[in-house]
Amino acid sequence: MAEVVASRKSLTINPLKMSQPLGGAMAFMGVDSCMPLLHGSQGCTAFGMVLLVRHFREAIPFQTTAMNEVTTILGGLDNLEQACVNIHKRTQCRVIGICTTGLTETRGEDLAGDIRLIRQRHPELDGVALVAVPTPDFSGALQTGWAKAVTAMVEQLVQPASGSVAGQVNILAGSHLTPGDIEEIREMVEAFGLEPIILPDLSGSLDGHVPDHYVGTTYGGTTVEDIRAMGASVHTIAIGRQMGPAAEALAAKAGVPFTVLDRLTGLVAVDAFVRLLQKISGRGAPPKVRRQRSQLQDAMLDGHFSFGRTKVALAAEPDLLFSLSAFLAEMGGEVVTAVTSVESPVLDLVPAARVVVGDMDDFERSAAEQGAALLMTHSHGRMVAHRLGVPLFRVGFPMFDRLGAAHQRTVGYKGTRDLIFALGNLLIEHSHEDGPDEWPPLGTGVPVEDGHAPAATH
Amino acid sequence: MLQAKVQEVFNEPGCATNRGKTEKQRKAGCAKQLTPGAAAGGCAFDGAKIALQPITDCIHLVHGPIACEGNGWDNRHAKSSGPETYRIGATTDMSDLDVVYGGEKKLYRAIKEAIARFDPPAVFVYQTCVPAMIGDDIVKVCEVASQKLGKPVIPVNAPGFVGKKNLGNKLGGEALLDYVIGTEEPAVTTPCDINIIGDYNIAGELWQVEPLLTELGIRVLGRITGNARYHDVTVAHRARISMIVCSQALINVARKLEERYGIPYFEGSFYGITDTSQALRTIARMLVERGAPPDLLERTEALIGREEAKVETRLAAYRRRLEGRKVLLYTGGHKSWSVISALGDVGIRVIGTSVRKSTADDKERARDLMGEDGKLYEALPQSEMYRMLKEGEADMMLSGGRTQFIALKAKTPWLDMNQERHQAYAGYVGMLALVEEIDRALANPVWEQLRLPAPWDDMEGEG
Repeated sequence: MAEVVASRKSLTINPLKMSQPLGGAMAFMGVDSCMPLLHGSQGCTAFGMVLLVRHFREAIPFQTTAMNEVTTILGGLDNLEQACVNIHKRTQCRVIGICTTGLTETRGEDLAGDIRLIRQRHPELDGVALVAVPTPDFSGALQTGWAKAVTAMVEQLVQPASGSVAGQVNILAGSHLTPGDIEEIREMVEAFGLEPIILPDLSGSLDGHVPDHYVGTTYGGTTVEDIRAMGASVHTIAIGRQMGPAAEALAAKAGVPFTVLDRLTGLVAVDAFVRLLQKISGRGAPPKVRRQRSQLQDAMLDGHFSFGRTKVALAAEPDLLFSLSAFLAEMGGEVVTAVTSVESPVLDLVPAARVVVGDMDDFERSAAEQGAALLMTHSHGRMVAHRLGVPLFRVGFPMFDRLGAAHQRTVGYKGTRDLIFALGNLLIEHSHEDGPDEWPPLGTGVPVEDGHAPAATH
Repeated sequence: MLQAKVQEVFNEPGCATNRGKTEKQRKAGCAKQLTPGAAAGGCAFDGAKIALQPITDCIHLVHGPIACEGNGWDNRHAKSSGPETYRIGATTDMSDLDVVYGGEKKLYRAIKEAIARFDPPAVFVYQTCVPAMIGDDIVKVCEVASQKLGKPVIPVNAPGFVGKKNLGNKLGGEALLDYVIGTEEPAVTTPCDINIIGDYNIAGELWQVEPLLTELGIRVLGRITGNARYHDVTVAHRARISMIVCSQALINVARKLEERYGIPYFEGSFYGITDTSQALRTIARMLVERGAPPDLLERTEALIGREEAKVETRLAAYRRRLEGRKVLLYTGGHKSWSVISALGDVGIRVIGTSVRKSTADDKERARDLMGEDGKLYEALPQSEMYRMLKEGEADMMLSGGRTQFIALKAKTPWLDMNQERHQAYAGYVGMLALVEEIDRALANPVWEQLRLPAPWDDMEGEG
């Protein structure tokens, strides 16, 4: 539906996009007893760490190979080797998730070769999975880094199984899902008597629980054993188009059939998910799920007054952009501005005239031109909201100026219901009431087009 | 050329640590080799940007792939009393094609677009690892852009891989010395003009101190770089004296201002009552030595007396509540000692402090202030930090965002002492604010509730 265009500026102003290695590291944070490691300068990790800490409000395990001027010239093998050995020595980690950066990719490190050498030299690391992902900063975005890391975990850890385990399903979770979203997905899957293995599972690691002792790695998330066992599942459900390649890799490696669901927000989308769960489990929808659907219907009835014809400007990574824009359109809203970080096939489906691959500046200018009544993007959009005087609803990553980012839930019947209420309340709060002089005499307004009454001109 | 600059910065005669070294040690530089897999902290680029971004009316353009600015922008609270231009995240967002074909042309176009769009008095261009590796010559691009576009375009050559944040701070300072300071003249000068170097007006801390200076007739002429306009940096060479606020970060700037323009400097702090008074006294004394009216000394003493009396009265109430409370301090640089003395003023005991980024002087001062029981930590492993807090060796931790959740997960009060903080703690009012915040955190009833186990946890559940 949408025409996808790239912003043509040389100067990126107020970036929307974040880097691939950060996305890759985030995916590894959904793996239990893991240490994400960026193969680059220490700043690569430091900047990412600050963002993650501010968003999740959690201690974030995150390391660096600390490349310096000399190793940048001579090669990073020694640093990578030392990093793996040191991390193993200092933590009880089971997995080291290695993401390259612009620095190591520009030099052209032989990552696979380096890891083979490290394996030969350090048998003490035999019990530690070293998962390596090429994620140069100069291509892709956070979402693609996440997707590459998940694909790498599937390719490097999943084992083909001789038979399948009845009722075991894989959920490949995209970067746009919060720990709260994942919790909701798990509950829905379990409601059909199925046992999900969710990869990555941020709901286990970054849901904000308080452990009673110090842990130097991730605590919670998908275990290595569970990842290995994914080959024995009866089906894989990939959530978000970005998870398609990982699902394909799983099918290629272990023959697990898969379904890619582009989104899980909105009545129709959740219905499709429930239908799929029915098919896989052979069970009807339990009363709890029926009740949730009915509650969502009621929320749509109560909320549609606020959404109809409301102009919304949206900036998010491709899968989140698609999910939210489709939901808004289904509630009667108009997505007048759609900006994203990187190309994706799902962008064609966004219900907007145009999707710009660009920055917050593209977002701001378009939102102003189009007269958007609501802005939806991550926390960096707060300055835009301030300048335009338009309310901002924060979505995606990073969300550093609000509490509970990990628990914001927008998927499933319940998540969609909550989203309608949260957005609806914001719109009600900022709704405009007409004064005595705001009614132009009939005949001076805009003519009726396409059988639509024109939107009020004030 | 960058190598020469790094060597020069390492060989800092103003630095006490450096003075104590042999010729050979000095040549080796002061960057300790980082341990891969066990390192934390920002890179040189980060440091350079921290030092320069507070120049509020300029565009700060990062030449590199998206990580450097996309992940890093909008994460500090250096405040401005006017222009907001510095808060714009600007980058060339280099793509793989730029890496293959070189990014110089794109950088030039980006500078041009920035000037056309925002009309800043100057553009700072930051080098990062990838363009440095492929040989993008930002110095040349900036030179051409300055000529063609008629505005100062300043190269800041501190790619991440050259070292740590602190080195980056200094390289940022070098860019000011090479391209900015001395390029304009102030409309008027007074015998009471000073430079404040190494304060970034985090959370607006300058505003807690500057009114006192203004009252004394002292003008902050050169701002390096907290709440600066570009012009406030260009004229720094005309100040009578410099105060360097963060002992390590921009010492090279203070020293070279002395060397080139004869501006003497001193190192001081606005954290705590004693240090604030000391700083004001030193400013007054040094200004009078350089020709300011001698009555400045008396007026300064009068102001100090008045302010100390006011704050003492207000603090007395807190002293009763806070006396004997124990604090673990995990910060660095001058804060490693200045905060100890500040807290000592209300009877809070610092049981340990980190001296990661501190000079030998800093360490000695911390040692003196804490007494025999206090510990100096070069590095405190997070597991040990957690244990100390969990076991109640300290009632509270004051640190930066990175260790915030070590404290909170140990169910211990925590206060932000680093550059990400939102609260201002400088001068007499700032001291009061700090103590108020500490008291607010310690007095919160959540701690007691959090430490209680669930009363129902004595029965087996269903799973």
